[in-house]
Amino acid sequence: MYLRPSTLREACEALVEAPAAILAGGTDFFPALADRPPPPRILDLSRIDGLDGLEIIDGVLRIGARVTWSRIARAPLPPCFDGLRAAAREVGSVQIQNVATLSGNLCNASPAADGVPPLLTLDASVELASSSGTRCLPLAAFLLGNRHTARRPDEILTAILVPVASPDATSCFLKLGARRYLVISIVMVAVLLEVAEGRVRSARIAIGACSAVATRMPELEAALIGASPAALGSLVRPHHLERLAPIADVRATADYRSEAALELVRRALRRCDGAAA
Amino acid sequence: MSAALSSTSPISCQLNGARVTFPPDPSARLSSALRGLGLTGTKVGCDAGDCGACTVLLDGAPICACLCSTAQAEGRDVRTIEGLTATNPAAVQLQAAFLRHGAAQCGFCTPGMIVAATALLERNSRPTEAEVSDAIGGVLCRCTGYRKIVAAILDVPATAFDGPQPPSGTAIGARIARLDGRRKVTGADSYGDDGAPADALVLKVVRSPHHRAAFAFGDIGAFLTAHPGLIAVLMAPDVTGVNRFGVIAPFADQPVFAERETRFKGEAVAAIVGEAEAMAALDLSAFPVAWTELRPALSPDEARAMGASRLHESRPDNVLVRGRVARGDVEAGLAAAAVRAEGLFETGFVEHAPIEPEAGWARRVGDRIEIHACTQAPYMDRDDVAAILGIAPEAVRIVPTAVGGGFGTKLDLSVQPFLALAAWRLGRPVRMTYSRRESIMTTTKRHPARIRMRAGAASDGRLLALDVEAEFNTGAYASWGPTVANRVPVHASGPYLVPNYRARSVAVHTHVVPAGAFRGFGVPQAAVAQEQIYDELAAALGMDALDFRILNALGPDDPTVTGQILGPGTGIRACFEALRPAWTRARAEAAAFNRGRAANGHLRRGVGIAGMWYGCGNTSMSNPSTMRIGITHDGRIVLHQGAVDIGQGSNTIIPQIAADALGVPLGALDLAPPDTDLTPDAGKTSASRQTVVSGKATELACRALRAAILRMANAGSDATIRPAPGELRVDEAGHRRLIRLADLPLDERGYAISAEETFDPPTTPLDEDGQGHPYAVYGFGAHLAEIEVDLALGTVKVLHVTAAHDVGRAINPTLLEGQIEGGIAQGLGLALMEEFHPGRGENLHDYLIPTVGDVPPITTILIEDPNPVGPSGAKGIGEQALIPTAPAILNAIHHATGTRIRRVPATPDRVLAAIREAHLAADPSPPGEGESAPADRGGVLPGWGCPHPGSTLRVDSPSPIGRDRDRTDQGQRP
Ligand SMILES: Cc1cc2nc3c(=O)[nH]c(=O)nc-3n(C[C@H](O)[C@H](O)[C@H](O)COP(=O)(O)OP(=O)(O)OC[C@H]3O[C@@H](n4cnc5c(N)ncnc54)[C@H](O)[C@@H]3O)c2cc1C
Repeated sequence: MYLRPSTLREACEALVEAPAAILAGGTDFFPALADRPPPPRILDLSRIDGLDGLEIIDGVLRIGARVTWSRIARAPLPPCFDGLRAAAREVGSVQIQNVATLSGNLCNASPAADGVPPLLTLDASVELASSSGTRCLPLAAFLLGNRHTARRPDEILTAILVPVASPDATSCFLKLGARRYLVISIVMVAVLLEVAEGRVRSARIAIGACSAVATRMPELEAALIGASPAALGSLVRPHHLERLAPIADVRATADYRSEAALELVRRALRRCDGAAA
Repeated sequence: MSAALSSTSPISCQLNGARVTFPPDPSARLSSALRGLGLTGTKVGCDAGDCGACTVLLDGAPICACLCSTAQAEGRDVRTIEGLTATNPAAVQLQAAFLRHGAAQCGFCTPGMIVAATALLERNSRPTEAEVSDAIGGVLCRCTGYRKIVAAILDVPATAFDGPQPPSGTAIGARIARLDGRRKVTGADSYGDDGAPADALVLKVVRSPHHRAAFAFGDIGAFLTAHPGLIAVLMAPDVTGVNRFGVIAPFADQPVFAERETRFKGEAVAAIVGEAEAMAALDLSAFPVAWTELRPALSPDEARAMGASRLHESRPDNVLVRGRVARGDVEAGLAAAAVRAEGLFETGFVEHAPIEPEAGWARRVGDRIEIHACTQAPYMDRDDVAAILGIAPEAVRIVPTAVGGGFGTKLDLSVQPFLALAAWRLGRPVRMTYSRRESIMTTTKRHPARIRMRAGAASDGRLLALDVEAEFNTGAYASWGPTVANRVPVHASGPYLVPNYRARSVAVHTHVVPAGAFRGFGVPQAAVAQEQIYDELAAALGMDALDFRILNALGPDDPTVTGQILGPGTGIRACFEALRPAWTRARAEAAAFNRGRAANGHLRRGVGIAGMWYGCGNTSMSNPSTMRIGITHDGRIVLHQGAVDIGQGSNTIIPQIAADALGVPLGALDLAPPDTDLTPDAGKTSASRQTVVSGKATELACRALRAAILRMANAGSDATIRPAPGELRVDEAGHRRLIRLADLPLDERGYAISAEETFDPPTTPLDEDGQGHPYAVYGFGAHLAEIEVDLALGTVKVLHVTAAHDVGRAINPTLLEGQIEGGIAQGLGLALMEEFHPGRGENLHDYLIPTVGDVPPITTILIEDPNPVGPSGAKGIGEQALIPTAPAILNAIHHATGTRIRRVPATPDRVLAAIREAHLAADPSPPGEGESAPADRGGVLPGWGCPHPGSTLRVDSPSPIGRDRDRTDQGQRP
């Protein structure tokens, strides 16, 4: 059965009746079918009212479930979102960005999801709706593992909520892949820096594709506070990244991922500093 | 509930300006719904968004139609290549520009490219090159190397669609737009999946999930009963002829369906045939078969260690075949050498990844079977299918569809045996299209190679000796393994004079997908080793790498390693000489960059060079082509052009040769396309043989026809032939003679006048030392790669490639450049990113091929040193173009970093590991933390322009001379 409800309420009720495969932009959904026929029960989000919004209300950016990477890339957003917008431009190709949603990227929970590191540095949370109500989870609590989230089968992710960081925050995103376009990240790094009076007030750093779920680097973040922005690159030490647990796969060895992560973090910090200047 | 789209409510949208209704299947992919309506210009290459061939505009935005459900398109505006061709000015201009620039080769990605570019031009009529790249970054092309596509898009608005036709006698050498180009740029060309009858049954294959497994079928009858709409299951006992095929008859060993044990992951055990709808809903995992996984041998080492447990009973030690060429005394030569270099080099499985997956359909016509499929070898298909069905070859008709890229993989049978068996038995048309997964999992690959070389040179720089040992993982079945094992020893010297030479090769069976023919038949792998080893010799001698090659380049009077004297047309030295200006400029620029601030601590540039030679046609074996040309009673000149065009251009090159040989304008020729019922055997499209061998046959046939006409008109050889309706006008010295065609009786070919000629390139057999004349024609070339390495990340960016090729005679320079640019893109992939791991990553996001952003600007230098045998002196280019790219890049990496990469692809992790290893060897003390950023460490690398007087660097070379390398490198510093 192919369900295409027009209200969230209908959609939630449908999920109470029986679980369904949720279809947003389809860019993970269809490839995951491999050579198999589509699942018997599909819930298509494309007609649901109210999932399209992209707006800042009371200092919080609300990214509706159907907002695509293309819309993020084009949106006039404050500099703290530069990293997220850079990630948007790096997702797959124009064809993918035009339909793929940020919410789908989070729900699919790939370790290499490019949306996760920038959203982690933005302290994003997700809004989940079901017939029994709505709850919010910090992104880190939502993502539980490789292809594993805290979403219950009866829930729909309705929005990503992002508190807007201070206007002088700068951010960036660096992605490393083995070719230019259409590439799954070997490592990606997001950094968000707040600098006041020539000193780092806060640093938020997240690294993806080096653990089952992209993670923040609290030890490193702490080590950077109070430092002069120009020196940041040199403060990064291998032990700061001990939370990472990279694996070897067709794209790279585990050792390489660790080394590249270190280098990318250094570069991202320098880049952010450059942006601040 | 109200939201449910029932399976009866039709879905409609605005399609190309008109309202259309799709069949009520809401979850069907938009791509298949469009194709179901007959709009087959939207191609499907992967069903996963990875290739972009299915790009359409949804409300004006480019999307992959394979990732959109039909229901999601409801009520929206969908535009496809067909609609854009009809009404969109930007698209029409793009099509003109694509034709003019030769931006379409096989044409399979072309509709997607044009749709994506149209979306760009609709927003931005004057895009920058970077904007063009971003716009088409999501569409993969495997043929062109993208440069001509980018140039075409930047050239809009462009001039005339089809370009001017050259006057009679000047077709050869002209930049003629592909004669089959229009149907490619409009999406009208019909590929393997495009032409099946609407009522065709659909066939799917049940394949082994294990590298090696025993299997037992369950209750097939119950399975069929439980799945209404399924009609038949075919298995080994249903093969009416022999359950065995192979491209080289004496080695034929591959079953259509495995009998007791499967020998590679993906091997077929059964085929299911049914009505289209039932097959679309079928989950193959429901098929009743029980697998028992057996221990596989995945590498040649494992396979040889398996001892008695042979993949094929008749092949001890799992050795398929060995090859050998020996000349002079290699050990004495090495002993006498002033400098020596040696190394072990490895290359991995490389997938052809044509954007068109294997596809076709078949029908039974009385007691004959007719197969329409993408193929590179119609007559070989015919003979193999006949044996499989147990019928006469003449009872099989092979009609090649347009081919969406082949590169060697479509020489072997894929869909054909399944389709033939099913259509033969069921008496209904049957179709099949491989999924991308099936295509990657089961079709042939480039042979992984392990090559050890030892080389030595005299103090004056002359090469003295080369010893080669090459081992190839040939996979489960023979395919082209024997060809690779034989071609490599003949070519592994490179295009140089090597007086003492020994090359031994072995192809070993393993439980992986068969390795077969891939652009170069093993020679690109050998060149990776040989061209790097020669660079090491040059370095050990303190000689410039280009000077070293020029000094040793094979001359017209020098014997090759098989003792053949090639004579006129041995243009390798000219290729190297042509690179001299680029070499001087690029080395100076790299040095300046590496000294300057732009290097930013972690970037190093390098320049590398490599040469190539490659024999056209089969190795010491007959490989004739036959061409026919006839003139009908009403004056049509029909060229039976049986040389399959897989994108390389034979549909254009062969007519160019024909027009000039016959002495008529190109536009006067009608082409009868390849079809074993209509066109004589022009051999296979492989071994860079179509221009040379089929082209020569064309030249001979057309000259014979011309002679016959002139005889009839009693005219001399300078007379002009002008075709006209119903007659030929033969003009000579102001005098016209008319040949009234209707007055002539039809000949046995059904023409008023016709000719047919066969050409088989003259070769001689090789003796037990591999001595003889394996090929009549060789092509030569050399590439220069300029690259930039990020020392801290190990990433390599190719900045520019300069390619000099001796093509004998450039019959169509645009198409030649297209071959060269496409070959370079594949060589770049081989060098930097492409590796298939059997059992993993059977898709185009794990298996990476270059995108538009990865292929640098390319400068092509065409050299014309005519070969006495080829038509108008022409030589092959198809494979030649790919061979030197990877070693040139690897030599450039060494130049930039001081590190040799001996295992390709040179992925970032491998490059970084090699740089680290070199660094450790140079300075074993562990780098301090903090300010030890890799950027800072770059300074101790022996890259150009970063002198580090204190370091005694040893690079990872097992050879004694490796230790001296940085001294010699410094010696070279300008
Ligand atoms: C060619 C190609 C290239 C790609 N490149 C990249 C890349 O570079 N970087 C990257 O990160 N990703 C990449 N992707 C993956 C993909 O595009 C992203 O993950 C995308 O953001 C997923 O969004 P979607 O709307 O298409 O999700 P869908 O495919 O529709 O859904 C994804 C998953 O999430 C679930 N889901 C979706 N929305 C919701 C919701 N609102 N509530 C609950 N569940 C939901 C679905 O059930 C499904 O399991 C690529 C994909 C393709 C095909």
